[in-house]
Amino acid sequence: MSKKIRAAIIGPGNIGTDLLMKALRSAVIEPVWMVGVDPESPGLARAREMGVKTTCDGVDGLIPHMREDNIQICFDATSAYVHAENSRKVNAEGAVMVDLTPAAIGPFCVPPVNLQDAVAAKAMNVNMVTCGGQATIPMVAAVSRVQTVTYGEIVATVSSRSVGPGTRKNIDEFTRTTARGVELIGGAQEGKAIIVINPAEPPLMMRDTIHCLTAEEPDQEAITRSVHDMVAEVQKYVPGYTLKNGPTFDGNRVSIYMEVAGLGDFLPRYAGNLDIMTAAGLRTAEMYAEEILAGRFTPTAA
Amino acid sequence: MNLQGRKVQVHDMSLRDGMHPKQHQITVGEMVEIAVAMDEAGITLIEVTHGDGLGGASVNYGFPAASDEEYLTAVCKAVKKTKVSALLLPGIGTVDHLKMAVGCGISTIRVATHCTEADVSEQHISMATQIPGLDTVGFLMMAHMIPAEELVVQLKLMESYGANCVYITDSAGYMLPDDVTSRIALARAELKPETELGFHGHHNLGMGIANSLAAVDAGANRIDGSLAGLGAGAGNTPLEVFLAVCDRMGVETGVDLFKAMDVAEDLIVPLMDHMVRVDRDSLTLGWAGVYSSFLLFAKRSAAKYGLSARDILVELGRRRTVGGQEDMIEDLAMDMARARDKA
Repeated sequence: MSKKIRAAIIGPGNIGTDLLMKALRSAVIEPVWMVGVDPESPGLARAREMGVKTTCDGVDGLIPHMREDNIQICFDATSAYVHAENSRKVNAEGAVMVDLTPAAIGPFCVPPVNLQDAVAAKAMNVNMVTCGGQATIPMVAAVSRVQTVTYGEIVATVSSRSVGPGTRKNIDEFTRTTARGVELIGGAQEGKAIIVINPAEPPLMMRDTIHCLTAEEPDQEAITRSVHDMVAEVQKYVPGYTLKNGPTFDGNRVSIYMEVAGLGDFLPRYAGNLDIMTAAGLRTAEMYAEEILAGRFTPTAA
Repeated sequence: MNLQGRKVQVHDMSLRDGMHPKQHQITVGEMVEIAVAMDEAGITLIEVTHGDGLGGASVNYGFPAASDEEYLTAVCKAVKKTKVSALLLPGIGTVDHLKMAVGCGISTIRVATHCTEADVSEQHISMATQIPGLDTVGFLMMAHMIPAEELVVQLKLMESYGANCVYITDSAGYMLPDDVTSRIALARAELKPETELGFHGHHNLGMGIANSLAAVDAGANRIDGSLAGLGAGAGNTPLEVFLAVCDRMGVETGVDLFKAMDVAEDLIVPLMDHMVRVDRDSLTLGWAGVYSSFLLFAKRSAAKYGLSARDILVELGRRRTVGGQEDMIEDLAMDMARARDKA
């Protein structure tokens, strides 16, 4: 068996468990620890059943074991409130932090668009933007790499069941962070994000609409090709990322309609919005792992 | 029905919900002229913003003729007695928009969510309650989609965040008077006595007046309407008609009926791009339970792809779409056109 980079997951909730299931299949990541705070946590029990070590003492319970277990990558699937502290602690032990919370203290990372930049910059903390950002920013980038996008707007429609209490308490953070990602990573001069929550039963698959306004008349052929290429890139880690309609053109407006089905590991398939986060987080970690294994990068404490 | 002596606060929607049939193109000058005329008619509360609320300016919902800030600043300065409200849909607008609107001089903020998702309003309602004197309203849209018992749970959430008034909103114009009665009555019984209760109707089944009266009878004290019915779908409850009925029934609104009729006839009707009325497509909204502002989007997509707007709207209802999903309309139309071409 080829060598793998060892990792820890902080946060044994739905996201952390789904991420663990995906990481167990990885060719380059070996999940070793699951970190929680509640000894009764069903997530920690699940992790033990899947054969990883657990602690219920939070990140402080992990720190003493990080060097002996050679943990070089950590995932944070807790909340923005505790992320900065978690990140500082694991960075001090020489591990890269992949941030799945909305804290965004490190650079944004949307794998098919700028993962290579983040890895090349040897950032010790990378942030996965938001679920809506992961699902839509690749499409904005697919248009902006062809020609100037003066305005990029995304509408994410998600099932009520897939929106957790953290997002509900701070939905503005979603709209603001996603809009910023549309600008910084998507390459739109101005970004806007809208989220709609739909309670229909059975739950609807995540749907995303991307509207770009181009500075000049859109080059329909080049944009269509670029969009299809980018869809294929995302499908490498989210097979259920599907172009439903478009790109359609109306004057300078380019509209793209996506559906995102998850793999259905721990999270249900309709929760493509959560699946794309765990898949993007793992994809990011794998890229770091490949760099580490190739000897091009050694994560070190700052 | 005996409503003699009941007091009702009417709230005019022409300059917010009325933005939908105008594709958000009412000018600042038109808004100011209408607001001043409403002020003189004694309409003491009016809503002003993009049709989809603060921050609604977008490809998805339409770019307005002016910004929310420009509309609100101009209208708030121009009115004397009349107070101005703004609508905010979390997921579209943010607390930054709310602060901007307060800075412009609004007296009322209305935070709107789909009827099952009240908890996304906590951030905005809580912030609004920290602004001294700001009338803070929770607004549950598409309220026909869940029964009264479930609706009350959501209304109580908004009340618990600090809303001093909560609304049952018939965004699809789907409700019949009994639907309104059961919801308002249960809400009135379960909410704190000091929490005000409102009803916002759409006239898609011609029930705007009847439903608003049912709401007052069951305990609502705020009623939304718009002069000449300028609003999404077949329009809101036509306010001058409601005022005339209130007058006949001895309900006190404080509005000068004839002046209100004149504003409707002389200022609002000439502003309309099309007659806002119950027609085939707006009737379909009410019959199928579809968000009223989908109307023009469905018509446009129907024209672009050679489909029937009614077919599109019926399918949107079948899929249980909610407010804000305007992007699904063209998406669906493309699917329907493809299915037709294959057949």
